[in-house]
Amino acid sequence: MTYLHNIGLYFLMVKDMFRKPTKWSVMKHLILKDIDDLIIDSLGIVAFISFFVGGVITIQTALNITNPLIPKYLVGFATRQSIILEFAPTFISIIMAGKVGSFITSSIGTMRVTEQIDALEVMGINSLNYLVFPKVIALMLYPFAISIAIFLGILGGMAACVYGGFSTLEDFIIGIQLDFIPFHIVYSFIKTFVFAFVLATIPSFYGYYMKGGALEVGKASTTSFVWTSIMIILLNYILTQMLLTS
Amino acid sequence: MIVVKDLYKSFNDTLIIKGISTTFDKGKTNLIIGASGSGKTVFLKCLLGLFAYEKGSISYDGKIYSNLTKNQKSDLRAEIGMVFQGSALFDSMTIAENVMFPLRMFTNMNKSEMEDRADVVLKRVNLADAHYKMPSEASGGMRKRVAIARAIVNNPKYLFCDEPNSGLDPKTAIIIDNLIQEITDEYNITTVINSHDMNSVMEIGEKIIFLIDGVKAWEGSKETIFKTDNEVVTNFVYSSNLMKKVRQMYIEERH
Repeated sequence: MTYLHNIGLYFLMVKDMFRKPTKWSVMKHLILKDIDDLIIDSLGIVAFISFFVGGVITIQTALNITNPLIPKYLVGFATRQSIILEFAPTFISIIMAGKVGSFITSSIGTMRVTEQIDALEVMGINSLNYLVFPKVIALMLYPFAISIAIFLGILGGMAACVYGGFSTLEDFIIGIQLDFIPFHIVYSFIKTFVFAFVLATIPSFYGYYMKGGALEVGKASTTSFVWTSIMIILLNYILTQMLLTS
Repeated sequence: MIVVKDLYKSFNDTLIIKGISTTFDKGKTNLIIGASGSGKTVFLKCLLGLFAYEKGSISYDGKIYSNLTKNQKSDLRAEIGMVFQGSALFDSMTIAENVMFPLRMFTNMNKSEMEDRADVVLKRVNLADAHYKMPSEASGGMRKRVAIARAIVNNPKYLFCDEPNSGLDPKTAIIIDNLIQEITDEYNITTVINSHDMNSVMEIGEKIIFLIDGVKAWEGSKETIFKTDNEVVTNFVYSSNLMKKVRQMYIEERH
């Protein structure tokens, strides 16, 4: 029953988020601040992880291709496919669920504990529109971060491949150009947009509706990370089934 | 004026507010007093519309709250100033930005007009030099005064204060009490204060309602609370030795 109640409450929150919009002159500042907090501040960790995981994917692929009949350029091909299809949109989103998700839950949760949300409500402000809506809009720039993740992941793979002596630069470049299907980028960005919405709303839900004190803020952050990750994995499966198997 | 009629509120089948009826007059400081757990905060949050109630009605100058649409409720709330127990200042904003916040949200003032208005109210609460401080740099008393400034900046019709003296030293507590009283007189607003501070009761209690276990057990003023024979009220108000002596002296003076 609690799960059903929470699911209902979540959709009501999403609906109420669009009610009684905040003045645009105020909202634009909130959106810009959230772009800075959620996207710009995450670029460092996204770049770091993408570059090195891209390298690891390449090394693992190269080490597992032991048959001399398999061409070396397949290392580049496998790296590109792994990064575009799964690593960048899904793996990075799980990491963002930890970084951005816990930031959103704890900041909104702290506002709940210290009665700042009550203060907004008493003033007649739609606190959901004021707090959650700018985060949803800011995270619509999330595909920008994922584009960087794709680029740096492949770059990291290339560096690991060439400097690790697994294949030549030419082979790797042939591999990353081989059988390129542009729809895979579209697929990746569709997933990214859906995950961005999940990343903005589920942590906001757990922060907004939390009850208790400082300890509960920590618990809410953990719960929000778990449920955001579960939803990302579940939606990843559904979207892959829908978009790639037809 | 706020009129409450036969208000009931429960949580998980436990009745917290049990049929309270009362009136909070315009231009007066109305106090809700009672022991911890007596339902004061729940009652205040029902008045503010933060808690939905099961039965009864609350009307603000004739407008019955439960009959209003969501947007009308939001518009009514824009006429309410609230001072929270923990001040509830926005951590990410300076003190001046906190005070200007209601103006940014509800008026079409330009920046200099908002700054001028913030100057006026910050001077009114004796915080003329605190504009650029962050809430984390302010003391408890300063935070309370900023909260009062934010509550009155948009000329509200109703001012609610949830234990405005909690955590303050006696001297600062009296300053805050007097400030609320002066602002109520000056702006002619309906002020409702939730308190269990007996100094506040004696200083500014123009109307007092006493709650016990969610029931209104007594209603009166700072003058009548000395004379009451209601044992429950006297046991609560004169629970400390000092207050017992004060009452004794008062009774002896009268005879």
